[in-house]
Amino acid sequence: MRNQDLIAFAGDAILGHRFRSALTALGIAVGIAAVVLLTSIGEGIHRFVLAEFTQFGTNLIAVVPGKTETMGISAATISNVRPLSLNDAAALGRLPGVIAAVPVVQGNAPVESAGRSRRAMVLGVGSKMPAVWSMKVATGRFLPRDDPRTPRAYAVLGKTLYTELFGDRSALGQRIRVGGDRYRVVGVMAPKGQFLGFDLDDAVYLPTAKALALFNRESLMEIDLLYGENANVDVLVKQVHQRLVDRHGFEDFTIVTQQQMLDILGSVLDVLTFAVGALGGVSLFVGGVGILTIMTISVRERTAEIGLLRAIGARRRQVLALFLLEALLLAILGGLAGVGLALGITGVLKLLAPALPVYLSPGYALLALVLAMVVGLISGVLPACRASALQPLEALRAE
Amino acid sequence: MIHLRGAYRDYAMGTQTVHALNGVDLEVAQGEYLAITGPSGSGKSTLLHIIGLLDRLSQGGYKLDRRDVTHLDDDELARIRRETIGFVFQFFHLVPRLSAAANVELPLTLAGMAVPERRERVSAALDSFDLADRADHRPDQLSGGQRQRVAIARAMVTRPAILLADEPTGNLDRSAGNEVVHILEELNRNGLTLLMVTHDPELANRAGRQVRIVDGAVAEDRRSGPG
Repeated sequence: MRNQDLIAFAGDAILGHRFRSALTALGIAVGIAAVVLLTSIGEGIHRFVLAEFTQFGTNLIAVVPGKTETMGISAATISNVRPLSLNDAAALGRLPGVIAAVPVVQGNAPVESAGRSRRAMVLGVGSKMPAVWSMKVATGRFLPRDDPRTPRAYAVLGKTLYTELFGDRSALGQRIRVGGDRYRVVGVMAPKGQFLGFDLDDAVYLPTAKALALFNRESLMEIDLLYGENANVDVLVKQVHQRLVDRHGFEDFTIVTQQQMLDILGSVLDVLTFAVGALGGVSLFVGGVGILTIMTISVRERTAEIGLLRAIGARRRQVLALFLLEALLLAILGGLAGVGLALGITGVLKLLAPALPVYLSPGYALLALVLAMVVGLISGVLPACRASALQPLEALRAE
Repeated sequence: MIHLRGAYRDYAMGTQTVHALNGVDLEVAQGEYLAITGPSGSGKSTLLHIIGLLDRLSQGGYKLDRRDVTHLDDDELARIRRETIGFVFQFFHLVPRLSAAANVELPLTLAGMAVPERRERVSAALDSFDLADRADHRPDQLSGGQRQRVAIARAMVTRPAILLADEPTGNLDRSAGNEVVHILEELNRNGLTLLMVTHDPELANRAGRQVRIVDGAVAEDRRSGPG
């Protein structure tokens, strides 16, 4: 039997029960739409989060104090972790391959200016911060390259904090108080937005040594290193490790590269996308059961027709192919409708809730269609086998 | 043409075994017109199904066209049915959603024949059974006599050597039935081997040869003169 005749025959059978076929295809359509929509949202979140983390650039290495690992002896017995110091940061900054090092301290303090006061995030950073964190200065300049241990009392304001304190007036050269100490404003940052809930615009940037004094701390919270595009990260991490072990005597710190973080984050988000996709898969499964049901009923109703086909010379395989194809066509119809439905819903979502990260990739839509076909074939196998196993004579008698 | 030797067909009915055919010997030559009669449950339909390769013998031998078909596999039987045998049933067995033309075309479609040749044969078949103006009608838009004519056209479109008719007039009124019988007899006059199961004695007497089956065995095999 020629392929187009097979398709035409199966298509006629589907059209013979328009309403029933439409309902069956609808089951698959809902399932496919659910899978496509949910994976689109998962993928959207994936991209959104990765974009959040890469906004600071990807060529970053972070060094944080303390070593996270499990050993035989309680950590309390050897709790002689040496803090990361400004000297450590300076030493790491001199490593070949490292473009800049930023010693980081973070905290919270009231910021006052001319009678206005606002509690804001205080970030103690080095003069290299804009390069390392991919941030830009809007007016004025960033903190000058003073001696890191005795910097001058200069401050740079985030966009939001500047507007709250000064409104439209220029802040350059103005005096502010941060936690009681006096600073002179030398610049205002361009807006950067939020990162994991921290508003980087509602912040004041101080020299690290000043911030350490402000919070009465000895040690840094983190040292961020920027390396060149061509640098070998693995070699660099080894060098950083060696340098700090030399200085501290043993490993009491943790090195995390941005790439490692992105990789871990990526795999976590992949699991998330897969999980929500699997949720949609449940409704697809129900759709598959729908095809199975309808095809089983159809085979029973058309037993006499199967008998006739066999009597006029159809082989078992032809009967099998006809019914399998019918299930497949139903699934393809449903799959196409489902992808269309998902496209429509994502379109509406983008209009109604532009903030919701939704990303419908054509690859996923295609994959969903293939999935629908697989579901159709699986659902069709059992009824089609039953149809082809009928004895011609028994089938003919069923009128 | 048809050569049955010691044919038995047993069915298991619960714990009992029913002997539907109980040692039938039958020879049918090419071009014969044979009526198979007998009371209900006598095995006359079983005999027709065995001859039509829709059913298998439990015991005995069957040669069709000098070829032993007793132990052929399923696909091979389907091929012989397609190429050599035409069926006409009491209940027509047309596919309800297909037009008359598509129903007639079905055996050729299953055989994988090219479209132009198929179309030609179908329109010729519809013409010769006076159905040209009904080609696009679905079975539920046709009368009983027309439906059976579509069924005959479908059986003949593959140009079989044997036509097996199982009570072809059983579901028709007298005039439609007569019309169908005349068509079948005309085909027989042109060389077709015609086997017809019927319980209508008047119809049976029109055949050149009457075989009466009782309890699964040939009780009477009678030839009458032509006409």
